[in-house]
Amino acid sequence: MNINLTMFGQLIMFAMFTWFCMKFIWPPIIIAMEERQKRIEGGLLAAERGRFEKAEAQIKAKEIINQSKSLATEIIANATRQASNMVEDAKYIALKEAGKVKEQAQAQLEQDTICVRNELKNKVSALVIQGVSAVLDKEVDVRLHQQMIGKLSESLS
Amino acid sequence: MLSTNEVITSSSYIKHHLQNLTYGQFPDGYWGFAHTSEQAKEMGFLAIHLDTLGVSFLLGILFLSFFYRIGKKMTYDTPSGTQNFIESVVSYINENVRGSFNGQNPMVAPLALTTFIWIVLMNTMDLVPVDWFPYIAQKIGVWFGADLHHVFFKVVPTTDPNATLGMSIGIFILIIYYSIKEKGMGGFAVELAFHPFGKMMLPFNLFLEGVNLIAKPISLALRLFGNMYAGEMIFILIALLPFWIQWSLSLPWAIFHILIVLLQAFIFMTLVIVYMDMAHQKEH
Repeated sequence: MNINLTMFGQLIMFAMFTWFCMKFIWPPIIIAMEERQKRIEGGLLAAERGRFEKAEAQIKAKEIINQSKSLATEIIANATRQASNMVEDAKYIALKEAGKVKEQAQAQLEQDTICVRNELKNKVSALVIQGVSAVLDKEVDVRLHQQMIGKLSESLS
Repeated sequence: MLSTNEVITSSSYIKHHLQNLTYGQFPDGYWGFAHTSEQAKEMGFLAIHLDTLGVSFLLGILFLSFFYRIGKKMTYDTPSGTQNFIESVVSYINENVRGSFNGQNPMVAPLALTTFIWIVLMNTMDLVPVDWFPYIAQKIGVWFGADLHHVFFKVVPTTDPNATLGMSIGIFILIIYYSIKEKGMGGFAVELAFHPFGKMMLPFNLFLEGVNLIAKPISLALRLFGNMYAGEMIFILIALLPFWIQWSLSLPWAIFHILIVLLQAFIFMTLVIVYMDMAHQKEH
């Protein structure tokens, strides 16, 4: 239990050990631990952010779905309206066209009637003249009675 | 250890166990091993305790190499069991330092770690049965040609006041160094001279603060030494009992001593941190 040089030996050893610990042991361990702590912290933060973003995305998705739904109904409504419009238009045009066609047909019919009547008249007058000429035989000279025959055929028409 | 031609009495057994392996200068000038306690005493200051230095050196190397090896292959991802152990020790020390030390000094935490682990290891030597290492040392000593009864070996470095004083003097030097560095020569002088009673009581202040300052390393060293010495003493006394009854006392005492081993190391470390904090405080 004597106090002697051992004290200084111990002091020098203590200093050396502390120096070595400070230089080569403490830093790598504490750096690794802090690094892991940072990583875990980052991971937790990222997870939290991910959860938040997911919730946000869900809300957004719902919004988009709702929007597209209303858009779709709008489009459908528009389309229906347009379709009915088109049908109406088509109906109108068709009716108009039909009227036109009917009119044309009527005009044609009238014209044809007139034509046929004229033809019939001519044929009848020719037939009458033929009959009359047959009856009168040579007493009527066509050239001489041209005027009378013409008046007759005119009155037949 | 009973020799055929010499009877070992209780008191000689105890004395033998409390004597360090001393190498030093004899009064007549030449250097050599002390064969008796009286010779060791006569050597005075010019002597070294080879057992204290050797054991504490080996334990320090054990601590450093173990931590260094683990520290070199630290991984971020899945630490191994030993890495977990090291990390828990380091983070425990780190928390202690952060809690008590408010200054900025990267040396304090490694200092605390070294102090704690080294003292724990040195104290743990106390748990080795008291006769094992001395017995081995005697065998080696005899092999080198020494007399069986002149080979001393005290295995617990912290039961040697030289070891604890050596450490606490290191702490004392650091206290002085950082006090002057952080507060300036004037600041440190003011702290010593003008506290706690103001300028009028300067001599009294100086005396009080001086005692306060000197008491720090001495109390630090003697607390650790006293606790470990007493523990070792009780182990030696238990070893005097008949061998078949020893376990009934040595086992409870060893279990209790585990607490003291850790507690004394923790107290030493905590006080080191607190003293360092006081040295770094600018405002008193």
